[in-house]
Amino acid sequence: MTKRPKFRVIEDTTSADFVFEAYGVSANELFANCALACFYAMTDPATVDPAKDYELEVKGETIEDLLYNYMAELIFIKDTEKVFLSQFDVDILPDNTALKAVARGERIDYNKHVIKTDVKAVTYHDLHVRVDKEGYSTRMILDL
Amino acid sequence: MKPNKITENIWEIPPDYKPGMKVPARIIASDKLMEDMDEGVINQITNVACLPGISRYAWCMPDGHWGYGFPIGGVAAFDQNEGVISPGGIGFDINCGVRMIKTDLTEQEVRPKLKELLDTLFSTVPAGVGKSGSVRLGRAGFEEVLTQGASWCLKNGYAYEADIDHIEQRGKLPGADPSAVSDKAFKRGVDQVGTLGSGNHYLEIQSVAFDNDCDQETAKLLGVESPGQVVVMVHCGSRGFGHQVATDYLQSFGVAMKKYGIETNDRELACSPINSPEGKAYFGAMACAANSAFVNRQVITHGIRQSFAKVFGKPAERMGMDLIYDVAHNIAKFETYDTDGKPAKFLVHRKGATRAFGPGNPNLVGVFRTTGQPVLVGGSMQTGSYLLVGTKKAEELTFGSTLHGAGRVMSRAAARKKVRGTELQQKMEQEGILVRTASFSGLAEEAGFAYKNVSEVVDVVHSVGISRKVARLIPMANIKG
Repeated sequence: MTKRPKFRVIEDTTSADFVFEAYGVSANELFANCALACFYAMTDPATVDPAKDYELEVKGETIEDLLYNYMAELIFIKDTEKVFLSQFDVDILPDNTALKAVARGERIDYNKHVIKTDVKAVTYHDLHVRVDKEGYSTRMILDL
Repeated sequence: MKPNKITENIWEIPPDYKPGMKVPARIIASDKLMEDMDEGVINQITNVACLPGISRYAWCMPDGHWGYGFPIGGVAAFDQNEGVISPGGIGFDINCGVRMIKTDLTEQEVRPKLKELLDTLFSTVPAGVGKSGSVRLGRAGFEEVLTQGASWCLKNGYAYEADIDHIEQRGKLPGADPSAVSDKAFKRGVDQVGTLGSGNHYLEIQSVAFDNDCDQETAKLLGVESPGQVVVMVHCGSRGFGHQVATDYLQSFGVAMKKYGIETNDRELACSPINSPEGKAYFGAMACAANSAFVNRQVITHGIRQSFAKVFGKPAERMGMDLIYDVAHNIAKFETYDTDGKPAKFLVHRKGATRAFGPGNPNLVGVFRTTGQPVLVGGSMQTGSYLLVGTKKAEELTFGSTLHGAGRVMSRAAARKKVRGTELQQKMEQEGILVRTASFSGLAEEAGFAYKNVSEVVDVVHSVGISRKVARLIPMANIKG
């Protein structure tokens, strides 16, 4: 079995948004890869030093709610701290209703970072976390 | 399913198309635009037709394309007693809109200084991800912005007195309630006042042109007097603040829907009864975001006037830099329309659609009572834009609504594959359009070919009679966020 990528950008839409599919062997890894895809939409995460830690605690009724709230929290940190994030550790409770996470990154620098676009919101559009023999996957649409 | 053509440029999908449709869905489009219409539009506009309390028709304008929940170009009016309010019917960027500022300068006068002007504007108006504005506000100051709207700008030296009458609803949506706004939204919004943002937001210097079917008499009344006159167009909204309000309420409306037993075909259509505590709270927060967007565009206008003054060496007042108009195209508002011969109040949702009140409408002030409300249609940065006016016909047919722009036809990724940002910048400069951008890949995503032909969509609303053409605006220089 070939190893699945962390995420894949979906290009065949007519929408004005950023669509991707993310994968993970665990829910923790899936969430971290969704976060990486989100910042890939904005910059090249490889150029972002994981210099500063940002700790998050998020709740949600379902795993989809939890993912939505987690991503919304990262977008909030990006806007209020003016940072790009590039490293993500996620620790989800076994019942998928809460998580603790650390995201690492650095201040946005127009001279250092590739500036692609801004992700302004996460959406619920067709948001389903799937689990099969290969692990976890989901499709997400981000508002630009 | 191909909708039924019921008259030239109007198509209908009957309620038996999908279980739960309460009214027919109608799409305004030419044969060609209908042929090319995004599949998602039909699915989404018929989902809208299923929402509780929707009145007459779920409308989609000719610039329509796939959105979240509602399609972009969607218009739906909900009975104020029976209906719902839906963040998906307004959009994440609450009160995203367009404004147009006139000058007395001609293209000939501006061309020699265009590069200097564009660079000055680019350094004065912050654009792109992670940028703060120059207005320093604490929580109390930002609350004033949210509740006072454009009049805050007048008090704080960012507006001319005359500007206020030239903004939709005088730049203030009533009912703004800061207590319905999360701390997160406050924190995201407080330092973004006066910033352009990113994505498809822009500031453009344009030159006026009149096609044969433009109403030049009306143009004169609005301050657009001659071909080659230079005007400035701004397209942006409520920035992170509005997005956070939408994010918060999309989440909490999931709970409200269970409480009120509402089911929708799409989570992005989350809604709550207009008169429920949750619905009222969202309206109060949405009005705050709408007011912040009016302030945002007004503070940017102040920066534009300062930049022109610096470059041309005289005060903006002496260059006739008056506001022509400011429209909201992502908003919900209470408006009164006749049904069965009696006036009734509706909450009209416009998502990627513009209010288009006609001459004589009591909500319009000054010259607009004669001309009808100006409608500003932003095209792509390569192809141009339009100034239209609203009509009585729009009030009768589409709850006083018309289109908002050209409408996207290509994904951002596909556009990026077709052209590189730096190439596009060079090509546009050869075409006589200077460009500055915070993001070159973002620039490529906004190429003209990624959009419908703006003239084609404008022709449709002109011919249906829900707006009338007044002037065409040709891009000279563009700042893309």
